[in-house]
Amino acid sequence: MVDAPVLRLSGITKRFGALVANDNICLALQRGEVLALLGENGAGKSTLVSILFGHYIADEGTIEVNARPLPAGNPRAALDAGIGMVHQHFTLADNLSVLDNVVMGTEPLWRLRSQRAQARTHLIEVAQRFGLSVQPEALIGGLSVGERQRVEILKALYRGARILILDEPTAVLTPQESEALFRTLSQMVQEGLSIIFISHKLTEVLRLSHRVAVLRQGKLVAQAKTADTNQAQLAQWMVGHAVDAAPRRPAQSVGPTVCDIDSVSTTGGLRGRLNRVSLALRAGEIVAIAGVSGNGQAALAQLLCGMQAAASGVITLQGEPMRASPAWLVSRGVARIPEDRHTVGVVGDLPVWENVVSERLRSTVFSRGPWVRRAAARQHAQRVVDTFDVRGGGLLGPARSLSGGNMQKLILGRALLPPPGEAAPLLIVAHQPTWGLDIGAVAYVQAQLVAARDAGAAVLLLSDDLDEVMALGDRIAVMHEGRLTEARPHGQWSRESIGLAMAGAAHAS
Amino acid sequence: MHLEKRSSTSATAFLLAPLLAVLVTLVISSLLVAWAGAPVGRTWGLLLQGAFGSVFAWSETLTRAIPLMLTGLAATVAFKARLFNIGAEGQLYAGALAAVAVGGLHGTEGLPGPVWVLFPLMMLASAVAGALLLLGPALMKARLGVDEVVTTLLLNFIVLLMVSAMLDGPMKDPTAMGWPQSVALQGELELTRLIERTRVHSGLIWALTLALGLWLVFKYTVFGFNVQALGSNARAAAFAGVPVTRTVTLVALLSGALAGLAGAIEVAGRTSYVTLDMSPGYGYSGIVVAMLAGLHPLGVVAASVFIAGVLVGADSMSRAIGVPTYLADVIVAVSLLCVLVATLLTQYRLRWR
Repeated sequence: MVDAPVLRLSGITKRFGALVANDNICLALQRGEVLALLGENGAGKSTLVSILFGHYIADEGTIEVNARPLPAGNPRAALDAGIGMVHQHFTLADNLSVLDNVVMGTEPLWRLRSQRAQARTHLIEVAQRFGLSVQPEALIGGLSVGERQRVEILKALYRGARILILDEPTAVLTPQESEALFRTLSQMVQEGLSIIFISHKLTEVLRLSHRVAVLRQGKLVAQAKTADTNQAQLAQWMVGHAVDAAPRRPAQSVGPTVCDIDSVSTTGGLRGRLNRVSLALRAGEIVAIAGVSGNGQAALAQLLCGMQAAASGVITLQGEPMRASPAWLVSRGVARIPEDRHTVGVVGDLPVWENVVSERLRSTVFSRGPWVRRAAARQHAQRVVDTFDVRGGGLLGPARSLSGGNMQKLILGRALLPPPGEAAPLLIVAHQPTWGLDIGAVAYVQAQLVAARDAGAAVLLLSDDLDEVMALGDRIAVMHEGRLTEARPHGQWSRESIGLAMAGAAHAS
Repeated sequence: MHLEKRSSTSATAFLLAPLLAVLVTLVISSLLVAWAGAPVGRTWGLLLQGAFGSVFAWSETLTRAIPLMLTGLAATVAFKARLFNIGAEGQLYAGALAAVAVGGLHGTEGLPGPVWVLFPLMMLASAVAGALLLLGPALMKARLGVDEVVTTLLLNFIVLLMVSAMLDGPMKDPTAMGWPQSVALQGELELTRLIERTRVHSGLIWALTLALGLWLVFKYTVFGFNVQALGSNARAAAFAGVPVTRTVTLVALLSGALAGLAGAIEVAGRTSYVTLDMSPGYGYSGIVVAMLAGLHPLGVVAASVFIAGVLVGADSMSRAIGVPTYLADVIVAVSLLCVLVATLLTQYRLRWR
């Protein structure tokens, strides 16, 4: 690679108050190269890309595209310079067609007639060149996630992008869809495009990229040719110390059924609905649900967290019909870990101690009549904070000031550590409990779930992360379009068979 | 130019923000005074003297602060739970009307009964009237998602027209020479004066007690916790098991009751009958009070005295020199904007490109 780089970042520094999100980062991207940007959540990947795309302005440093400086803070200039971005969360209008979405924003405002026919020809041409088949007139709302991602990529290519940034592109795809994406990307590289690929999944990075740049705590800690490195090395760069994967620990003794879900359906819901789902959760066992997000996992979690009632079917908890009431569930020993810790897990403006007791405020341990027993509440909160090592903020600081990992520890502690005089949880419903956490926190959360299982709790784990499902699930079931496969023992599944089930294929046993 | 979220807010910034807001308010208002052609220093001196310069000035300011305190508390309770009650004005009138309905001299005597029965009944009636007025919008919000800003705001006009109808109809005072005015309250039901030969009345004690009580509720009770959780993050509150509909309903009843009491206390403490202009927008000013107080019940006490002082002081100042009393409205409005901007800037930093 002797050519001048197509993109050069020099000395990019970005501070948010005391936090240095990007610290003097220098990177170059060659023509026809796939550069993987690797790092844990909070390492500064998104900030860097946002600066590149003009959403943020760097405090220091410059960006050059094809040896010409890129004006800061101007997304339009970034687009014009040929930088295209595919966000993790798609920015498409559901009620418009593929063509409309692609053309949107490219036409001059004051022209009366839109040049649809021309645009259509151009779109088909671009699609064929890169082997991305689409129907220009199809509505976005009717497309699968993989297809929508294809439209996002096309949108960037249609605008003449020569540098494509993909932010965690495989997070929403099945393994098979990811393979298809990788093939498309290879083709694009052969056409001379350059790609920045953001990920925290090591296997993908090794599989796809030519070069890897690793960010940690805002610093560029390592750069290497992908061929010269390996998984252990990358992990060590990413985390800062050697990591060994915790060995899988299967369930020791499985007890009686704690919670029985019998042919349950839900109605409505933007986040997927359930269609005659049946599942038995037994003491001392982790049942893991795999699936592409948005296939009904949220509905199942909502149901078991008491936020929604079933439209039909029966759920029993210890033989008693389950009520759609969070307070009732908590009093019956159900520990709930919600998917979105910031907006559902904690009330950010309230202090840590109030968040620890918020679920059990009505119990006599923490209140007497209308009055909160503040001393008892704080004492218990202190115990949770100590036991689960919740750092930063203290008891009186707002929960908002905790980092993601510490916030999750707070939620885990609140759910798993019973207040004095109450029993340990019978059932744990964990929805994406490690999403967005750094490797250390992931290991901690997973270990706590395993420990709770070994102590006799029934655990339901809903996760988009196939590795997590494979690592923790004693039995595994796969969700697709609101239907759940039979939950089968870990040994009866392979990555391939899970992938097929995630895509909705009736799997052969 | 754009705003960027601060990673943390320092304690000094938190304390400095309101002071800076007051300072900016002073500067902006001074420019207006100068524009009106009046001497700036003397204008402020007269305003201050008119508001706090003597026992009489204090008594007038406090008299004016009483309804503001109550409507301010009404707004505080509701806004804390993110129930945007813009209808305190209507609830105040409903409360006033209910107070006269129970305690007025209908015919010649009014309702029979000893004071210790009638007085609580009167207060209760006004609280219930205000509470019921807000219950509808709150339930419509909780059940059907109807925007309460619209419903409560529009109810104000309905209530005012109803008051108008009552004052020209069943509750009309026959001795009022045709003025739209209700019958007077029975003399024994009126609140006692706190200071001889002034207008300040024991409604102040009611308002202060309610402010203190509300502060205790927010700080020490499960209900208070539920309200704060619901207000700052409704989804997390629901997930934690806060009974959402019940809490919103209680908040509505409490907020409406406070505004209703403001009406009764105005009637029993100051006007002794209902007129269509008995409130110069106390219901709306209560929102300003609540915002200035940062939705803190004890802050409401200070904020209402501040605003009442500005209003009363401006009255007295404009009598002495030719600056219109509208200056008071400008000061109140500018101070609110300044406080809002200052609060914003404690959380965000302004970035020039």
